[in-house]
Amino acid sequence: MDPIRILRSRTVVMATTNIDTDQIIPARFLTTTTKEGLGAQLFADWRYDASGAPKPDFILNTPAAQGCQVLVAGRNIGCGSSREHAPWALVDFGFRAVISTEIADIFRNNSLKNGLLPVIVDGATHEWLLANPGAEVTLDLETRELGLPDGRKVTFPVEAFARFCLLNGTDEMGYLLGQGEAIAAYEALHGKQPAGATA
Amino acid sequence: MAKTMFEKVWELHEVAPESADTPAVLFIDLHLTHEVTSPQAFTLLREKGLPVRRRDLTFATMDHSTPTTTDQVFGGVPIKLASARGQVEQFARNCADFEVELLGLQDQKRGIVHIIGPEMGLTQPGKTIVCGDSHTSTHGAFGALAFGIGSTEVGHVFATQCLLQRKAKTMAVNVEGALAPGVSAKDVVLAIINHIGVSGGTGHVLEYRGSTIRAMSMEERMTVCNMSIEAGARAGMMAPDETTFAYLQGRERAPQGAAWDAAVAAWRALATDEGARFDREVHIDATQIRPMVTYGTHPGMSMAIGDTVPVHAGDSVYAASLAYMGLQPGQAITDVPVNVVFVGSCTNGRLSDLEEVASVLRGRKVAAGVHMLIVPGSQQVKREAEARGLHEVFAAAGAEWRESGCSMCLGMNGDTVAKGQYCVSTSNRNFEGRQGVGSRTLLASPLTAAASAVTGRVTDPRSLLA
Ligand code: SF4
Repeated sequence: MDPIRILRSRTVVMATTNIDTDQIIPARFLTTTTKEGLGAQLFADWRYDASGAPKPDFILNTPAAQGCQVLVAGRNIGCGSSREHAPWALVDFGFRAVISTEIADIFRNNSLKNGLLPVIVDGATHEWLLANPGAEVTLDLETRELGLPDGRKVTFPVEAFARFCLLNGTDEMGYLLGQGEAIAAYEALHGKQPAGATA
Repeated sequence: MAKTMFEKVWELHEVAPESADTPAVLFIDLHLTHEVTSPQAFTLLREKGLPVRRRDLTFATMDHSTPTTTDQVFGGVPIKLASARGQVEQFARNCADFEVELLGLQDQKRGIVHIIGPEMGLTQPGKTIVCGDSHTSTHGAFGALAFGIGSTEVGHVFATQCLLQRKAKTMAVNVEGALAPGVSAKDVVLAIINHIGVSGGTGHVLEYRGSTIRAMSMEERMTVCNMSIEAGARAGMMAPDETTFAYLQGRERAPQGAAWDAAVAAWRALATDEGARFDREVHIDATQIRPMVTYGTHPGMSMAIGDTVPVHAGDSVYAASLAYMGLQPGQAITDVPVNVVFVGSCTNGRLSDLEEVASVLRGRKVAAGVHMLIVPGSQQVKREAEARGLHEVFAAAGAEWRESGCSMCLGMNGDTVAKGQYCVSTSNRNFEGRQGVGSRTLLASPLTAAASAVTGRVTDPRSLLA
């Protein structure tokens, strides 16, 4: 995972609310057994026509969207299926951050583990971003600030440990493996019985 | 201090509590896994040279991409969909390599992961249960803390039997009153999602409480908990009670003998204490719930079957959703012609669901031009249904009866709804393209699905119930 410190990018706006992970990557592409190459199928059913040709008016097919790292989405992006293929596809396409007023739990979690920064903003900031597609923004993970073109700065929340991992490009697995002693102690305490059946 | 059930189960599983800098390390009692979300996690283990730490707490089945026609499952015909075949074969190899217990394609106990966990007695009160699947919330019906995780986290649990988690907020969903005849658990949960909204539960673990829930069978409770994620919730839970214990007693993987008695005593203590505080509470009057159906492209877009499609002038996202569905604001949903009826999935693929469907189909025919597919949630459900002769009722009515699997709940195993077709489905998601490119899904209860199959229109089942 590449570390994230500062992202500077124009935005792509998809104002649709409740963009579910079935849209981000439809189920028929989930028979893959790797993480790579899913960017080609990102938003496949919105992006391509029945013959597989790109729909010219779909935002991700427009020249303006190319090279953009920040996706501004309508309220509640990432709802539905837990498929991590959704952030894999977004990252493979080139996105490094998703901004909305609400981001679904599992998708937010999965994004953080793949170097895709989920950014929750207030309604007014969101409105502004939706109304100004292509705006040049900065996301500073160190200061947890979103910078708008007029110089305004908006703070966004990031869970402390996830932020540490993103800043350093490390994953949580190393930390969990480092908990081996505590895990072994827990296992020794409870034996083969689940804790809830013996308490 | 008075605690909620969620807090009790959480605290029992803290290997290390959370701090400002780090999330809690939470021990996982049961890790269910399937072929779609595990390959990348097995790859991670291989890259790091790690084993599955607790094979005894890890259990695998195949369900999402497996075919449901008998020839492909038992007849020696190769799985037609090449990508699905590859995934199923790789999963079997992965489970063999890492010595994970697997219900293979032809296993008599195989089924949808959220059906077989409870069926085998693996799902138990007070457990922490995870699976790389958002409908893991189903298992919360037993008083387990059960939630879906991504593939990276599947790898974490394989390697350490633990997850890094921040404690969720709690929301009490109080459901009171008796259900009217013809109204089922599916209608209740659709009404709850309609009330909370599809993101209303974000960041929360729901606890379903009240007389309506207590009166439900385990099957009904599972239907409700299953769709917690459709309200955005992290998990849904229900207090274990006599109904829970009666369901579990004697099941293959449930505690036996003295361990059973000890477990029941411990499970009784899990319920939320009197006076415990929830971060949020909502109240639902179950007596007012009528048979429900969705009309849009997320599970919150639902209505009573007798009502008309809501009007939201000036809302372009809403208009696009209705356009996808081919519906007009203000129209009666009962006008919609039905092309396909799907009965099955982890929401409504259990024996009681199939019995309800049979109660409507008995002595009736599926309407001309309607394709009705009935897919049991597990091979055990299939055998039990056949022992009761339900398959004959289905066949006589003109419905198709298959081997178990996720089937038409999601379009990745060969069972799909064609572009533009309307499918009344007992599954849980009506997202665009969920059942196949361009498919139009109307979520409903098994009774409503069966009634709609018979009339060829979306139909309130009460009109057919004697
Ligand atoms: S039946 Fe549908 S919702 Fe349930 S596990 Fe299978 S695909 Fe997921």
